Amino acid sequence: MSFVRSRIAGLFSGGGGGGGRFRKIPWREIGSDALDRAALVLKAACFVHVVNNYVVGIAFVLGPSMLPTLNLTGDVVAVERITTRWGSLSVGDVVVLQSPENPRKTVTKRVLGLGGDAVTYLVDPAQGNAARTVVVPKGHVWVQGDNIYSSRDSREFGSVPYGLIQGRAFCKVWPPKAIGMIGEKL
Amino acid sequence: MGGLNTLWLLTKRSITGALIGLTISDRYGSIGPIRDSSMHPTFSACDNMFSGLLKADIVLVEKFCLEKYKFSHGDVVIFKSPTNHRQTFAQRLIGLPGDWVQVPESREILKIPEGHCWVEGDNAACNFDSRSFGSIPLGLIQGRVTHVIWPPQRIRKVERKMVPGRVSPY
Repeated sequence: MSFVRSRIAGLFSGGGGGGGRFRKIPWREIGSDALDRAALVLKAACFVHVVNNYVVGIAFVLGPSMLPTLNLTGDVVAVERITTRWGSLSVGDVVVLQSPENPRKTVTKRVLGLGGDAVTYLVDPAQGNAARTVVVPKGHVWVQGDNIYSSRDSREFGSVPYGLIQGRAFCKVWPPKAIGMIGEKL
Repeated sequence: MGGLNTLWLLTKRSITGALIGLTISDRYGSIGPIRDSSMHPTFSACDNMFSGLLKADIVLVEKFCLEKYKFSHGDVVIFKSPTNHRQTFAQRLIGLPGDWVQVPESREILKIPEGHCWVEGDNAACNFDSRSFGSIPLGLIQGRVTHVIWPPQRIRKVERKMVPGRVSPY
């Protein structure tokens, strides 16, 4: 008991000189602990980045162009990157791609033709059924929204290079009542 | 038992290293060899997969410009080929969205559409660039080349270079 009291007294009397109280604080341990925590956070962030970019990510989809497959008010979809990276996309897949008109915007559309396919589309579905057929060039894809009346897609900007595709949306994860796979619709 | 432990530690270390390396190379900057000869006087290249690593120039690519897609005329950029997404090229940005570009070898003047750019190699003989495939979407750009870092005698900054009289902003 007297030992503890003398330790405490030593702590408050400063242990012989000013700043003694601070000298007792284990700065070194605190520093290395903080460094360890920071490294852990960094590693976690890197892990999240790699998983998000190379395996599966999520994307928030908004807008009328993919009705009725995706909701108008916004769905959260899971996007897998493997199929795109391997180059094994097929017709009917829903993909997330960088818009060719604005690289900072990503859009969600359905692939209707791969390189070499001939695609027939209605020029303006609201005004009669004048159709046009185009051949998709090599290394490009033809993408269209499911809602042909309100979608800005390959009918306007032409086929897009495969390199703009960022992943295949395969599953809706939010809102809860919409959870389910995104199927092929042809 | 001790050997197994060391092996586990080594695996953990290398996986962590790979994760951090991938993140940095995706978000901030990476290095890589120049594979095509379209930029001939600026970079020397070798298209062979293996000897390419020894003979070709290795360049530093920064990716901060991808955050806002802000580029200047004359920047050298890395982009995915519009005809084959596995291939990347390094070429010079000639025209940005809204510019009028005079197409060489013809009298045509083209307006570059919104979100696109016009790229050309410095090597006039090699013409797999916008002269053959037209303007490309900015989204294909993967980064901006800033320095040549290998071989030692060629280490230098990559300068912006404008070709006068080709582009008009209106």
